[in-house]
Amino acid sequence: MSTVVTPMQARDAVTPLAVDQLRADFPILARPMNGKRLVFLDNAASAQKPEAVIRAIDECYGEYYANIHRGVYQLSQRSTQAYEAVRGKVRALLNGADDREVVFVRGATEAINLVAHSYVRPRLGPGDEILITGMEHHSNIVPWQLLCEETGATLVVSPITDRGEVDLEDFRSRLTVRTKFVSIVHVSNALGTVNPVQEMIAAAHGFGVAVLVDGAQSVPHLSVDVADLGCDFYCFSGHKIYGPSGVGALWGRLDLLREMRPYQGGGEMIRYVTFERSEFAEPPQRFEAGTPNIAGVVGLGAAIDYVCAIGTERIAAHEHALLEYATARLSEVEGVRIIGTAAVKAGVISFLMGRVHPHDIGTVLDLEGVAIRAGHHCAQPVMQRYGVPATARASFGLYNTCDDVDVLVRALDKVRELFI
Amino acid sequence: MSDLRDLYQEVILDHNKHPRNFRSVEPHSHQADGYNPLCGDRVTIQLSVEGGVIAHIGFQGDGCAISTASASLMTEALEGRTVEEAQALFDQFHDLVTRDDAYPEAALGKIAVLAGVRDYPMRVKCATLAWHTLHAALAEKDEVSTE
Repeated sequence: MSTVVTPMQARDAVTPLAVDQLRADFPILARPMNGKRLVFLDNAASAQKPEAVIRAIDECYGEYYANIHRGVYQLSQRSTQAYEAVRGKVRALLNGADDREVVFVRGATEAINLVAHSYVRPRLGPGDEILITGMEHHSNIVPWQLLCEETGATLVVSPITDRGEVDLEDFRSRLTVRTKFVSIVHVSNALGTVNPVQEMIAAAHGFGVAVLVDGAQSVPHLSVDVADLGCDFYCFSGHKIYGPSGVGALWGRLDLLREMRPYQGGGEMIRYVTFERSEFAEPPQRFEAGTPNIAGVVGLGAAIDYVCAIGTERIAAHEHALLEYATARLSEVEGVRIIGTAAVKAGVISFLMGRVHPHDIGTVLDLEGVAIRAGHHCAQPVMQRYGVPATARASFGLYNTCDDVDVLVRALDKVRELFI
Repeated sequence: MSDLRDLYQEVILDHNKHPRNFRSVEPHSHQADGYNPLCGDRVTIQLSVEGGVIAHIGFQGDGCAISTASASLMTEALEGRTVEEAQALFDQFHDLVTRDDAYPEAALGKIAVLAGVRDYPMRVKCATLAWHTLHAALAEKDEVSTE
């Protein structure tokens, strides 16, 4: 059985979203942009926040805030409970086995750096290899480059096909006895490709190699099940799932977390400290030095509750319908070329329009109230692969509608009027 | 927020579609490459300076309408000017696109159509990339990056 409920499978099986009602949950969507209705299509960069998340953060600060894990007074206990309860929500969201598998971090970027430092670095030496794909975000390239520089290891890249897919045969062929770690993106932020991570993980495990999956773009656009995927580490950022920025989670196998060295030293991550030596706390506290983003974690919990109440399968189905509609509509626009045409995609469309620079597209659309991303999407190697400096990118969230797509397409007419 | 046409004026659209001096200059006495990592714009400026006067200047590269038009307008304005005059224009232009209270100096001529970018902070670097690159070329630096 497939791990990820693909949008295609989910679509027929779920009830559609009541998008109008959901849109009312997001205060920012009611604010006009340049006197026009805001059409927010930059969800792959960061999603907007529902009232429930904003209120949860507000309540945390206004009603029960104190530092966690240390005070004996009631406020601290309540804060600690609220914070720790979110571990369980993350575990449930990803179908982990144990709350201790969940480490709170600043976001997916910090999660990858944590694994690079605490798991991979002690296992890496000259001649060893780390394998990634050709569609990684900079956050899943640069930490490994830094590590390779330090240790004399080599970063190996499995290139992508013209459609923007992983070539499984190539990927398998690059796994060798020298491979010490595999780190792969679940859903490409620049292309929308949903990768066959289950097969890739199985191939890596065949060589006894642990795998990290970068889920920044997959949670909550897909239903994620780490047990079924079989991955060793999985990470995501709160701000992309309608939660606050500056908070995210790393899920890791408990046996691996237990044998890992700390990421940062400080308070909260120790059991016992003398000037001679320190004993470290068990996971996950071992990896959470210092006072964490308490209200951020609480907000993340509210975001997970919000998304789960709607249902990730329904969200995936909704976004897939939008993807199909937008792909069809954009394909009809003269001069538009979609970059990334994988067979299985999430709600991300990168495109070019004639020779018009994406930044000019972005500025014209902005004045029409349409927010898209224009640039290299922190994936410069992907841009190099297609020989373009940048693309325009529309990416969908649960509150987007076919009408949003229509506004985008109409706004592209203005781009053509000006530049073509 | 201003109107689209305040930013993308006819002169800019024209210079974007039909950039002037879009060529290499051989032989040249000065050259530099400019790069805007934010949007991936690249420009190469080559010029030959004879007796303190810019005799020939050309640019090549790939960028948005603002950066292409700005490079085109710049090369058009600078041919035949002294290096000192070019430096003075650079300063005037920089003020024009970064300071709300700046009025276009008469010396800027057509270049003043780029004044609209100051309402778009993200695009100011597009407009100034060619000028920073020129500055680097005259200072005999090979590369400049507008970060």
